[in-house]
Amino acid sequence: MKYQSQAVSKLYFIAAIGLFVAQILFGLIMGLQYVIGDFLFPAIPFNVARMVHTNALIVWLLMGFMGAGYYLIPEESERELHSPLLAKLLFWVFLVAAALTVVGYLLVPYATLAAMTGNDLLPTMGREFLEQPLLTKVGIVIVALGFLFNITMTVLKGRKTAISTVLLMGLWGLAIFFLFSFYNPHNVVRDKFYWWWVVHLWVEGVWELILGSILAFVLIKVTGVDREIIEKWLYVIITLTLITGIIGTGHHYFWIGTPEYWQWWGSLFSALEPIPFFAMTVFAFNMVNRRRREHPNRAATLWALGTGVMAFLGAGVWGFLHTLAPVNFYTHGTQITAAHGHMAFYGAYVMVVITMISYAMPLMRGRAANSNKAQVIEMWAFWLMTISMVFITLFLTAAGILQVWLQRVSTSPLPFMAAQDQVTLFYWMREWSGVAFLVGLLIYIYSFFANGEDAPKAS
Amino acid sequence: MSVTAVIDHRPDQLQSPPGDLAIWVFILAELLAFCAFFATYAFTRVKNVELFNTMQLTLDRDIGALNTILLITASWCVARAVAAIKQEPIPNRRPVSADFLFAAIVCGAGFLALKMVEYSAKMDLGINLTTNTFYMFYLSLTFFHFMHVILGMVILIAVWRKTLQGGYSPADHHGMETGASYWHMVDLVWIILFPLVYVMH
Repeated sequence: MKYQSQAVSKLYFIAAIGLFVAQILFGLIMGLQYVIGDFLFPAIPFNVARMVHTNALIVWLLMGFMGAGYYLIPEESERELHSPLLAKLLFWVFLVAAALTVVGYLLVPYATLAAMTGNDLLPTMGREFLEQPLLTKVGIVIVALGFLFNITMTVLKGRKTAISTVLLMGLWGLAIFFLFSFYNPHNVVRDKFYWWWVVHLWVEGVWELILGSILAFVLIKVTGVDREIIEKWLYVIITLTLITGIIGTGHHYFWIGTPEYWQWWGSLFSALEPIPFFAMTVFAFNMVNRRRREHPNRAATLWALGTGVMAFLGAGVWGFLHTLAPVNFYTHGTQITAAHGHMAFYGAYVMVVITMISYAMPLMRGRAANSNKAQVIEMWAFWLMTISMVFITLFLTAAGILQVWLQRVSTSPLPFMAAQDQVTLFYWMREWSGVAFLVGLLIYIYSFFANGEDAPKAS
Repeated sequence: MSVTAVIDHRPDQLQSPPGDLAIWVFILAELLAFCAFFATYAFTRVKNVELFNTMQLTLDRDIGALNTILLITASWCVARAVAAIKQEPIPNRRPVSADFLFAAIVCGAGFLALKMVEYSAKMDLGINLTTNTFYMFYLSLTFFHFMHVILGMVILIAVWRKTLQGGYSPADHHGMETGASYWHMVDLVWIILFPLVYVMH
């Protein structure tokens, strides 16, 4: 750690991992509810478990991005953070807001929560992933703007690099597109149209810029390859990302009442979305192969390579599987979507945040890398979580194919719930894979406490 | 003499493709995208031959042909610019390369102007993306290419300015070759697009 103020990211990383555990626990509850419908009912109904599962994911990834920003920006800008105090203050605001929101979801019926939090004034609730009460949304905006102010000032006063520029573009984009969560038109088509400007333009647009810049930063550090080469790749990757991703929004406009040309535009451009992810994989492996030093943190390198591969598989390949309009006509909203969602979020965003944590955390704890023992434990966690996620994805894909067949293709189509009954075997296997994932996550957390004698000192 | 010539040419032959590797990754991705568009166009045309043939006759082929000439001329100018930068510069004189690049930029601007004339004529007739499948393709494909011409011109203008400032030399003109490679891609795509959408029956 070169600058004292980088240490604020430690708070963010710890909270992120805590929320990650909550996300997985609620995922397991919900996975069980797929097969035992009244499990924990009425204490935690399915819709609430789902809301906590997805919202916790988004919030912990945001925490991770912010932590990454607070760590990366001072180092790239070669100066202390503009205001470490503001960063700490906003952390507690964010954490308390997130905790209160989850408590609200769990203790009060959703409609009551809406009434309590001023949803009548400005209706913003009830839309998938954007379920947060108005107050929480306002809180997210304040925290995001404070964070952006803090890091932008740091960049403006310090050295400007391609990595910090791309990261700023991504984070500003994240904040700007979130504003569409306040826009809730009465017309359902328009409602959905702009809802995707948050959801899609986040994960298949600006978040990819954040992903690319974090990956580039860690790769420069662990491989020692020239910044010039890494930044050139970063530019190529983000250009491809934006060209394919922005118009690729069209793959959500197939069946919501928008004009027919969206079927062509959405199919064609989103069919090209795997290209930037493929470029990212090639980039990561290429840089590691051309490394000029043997960095002692092998675990961070493993996470970086894993991000490249799993993002390409989850976001690229599994996205392509159902992105063409004639295919999506059958697969829309089935378990195929769930399969893609799981591996894409894990492969792209979960793994890149852990890559950053894995690289930065030892440095913040005063060593160049963790001891060999701790790294071996962390790598076990990597493989256990990653392989479990591969199985979750495969089982959901199998469930999805069966579901599409039974419900939409066969000559005597079954109703939704009857089709669900036929695929319970796969839901059980998915649930057990989820348990294995949780074990992996616990081993990952344990790796932070595993002390070895041989940890290399930070220079 | 001949021995020297052989040795002189060797670095050139080894140095293929010209320009930066990153731009070639980008060019290949772009060509892949256009290939996907052209293939989709072709397959859709097979299903609607009559509509496509009738609608094709309503396009302005004269402007299309003129635009083809403009882009090919621009590509020729860019190629001359790269050839010129490899010669020893004449002291105290504007590089010949810069003039060729400027000519290419003028041709590119001419392409954009003519294309806008063509678009506005179509808009006056009330044609838009939902008119029919043919026009959906015509507007999407040509506009996507239009955006690439703009990007190509931005790159050419940057290269032109650097040339004027004396930023390239016979020994170091990597950046110019990189820009030139991209421009040739823009030209190449139009050479396929024009016959495919405007002419072929």
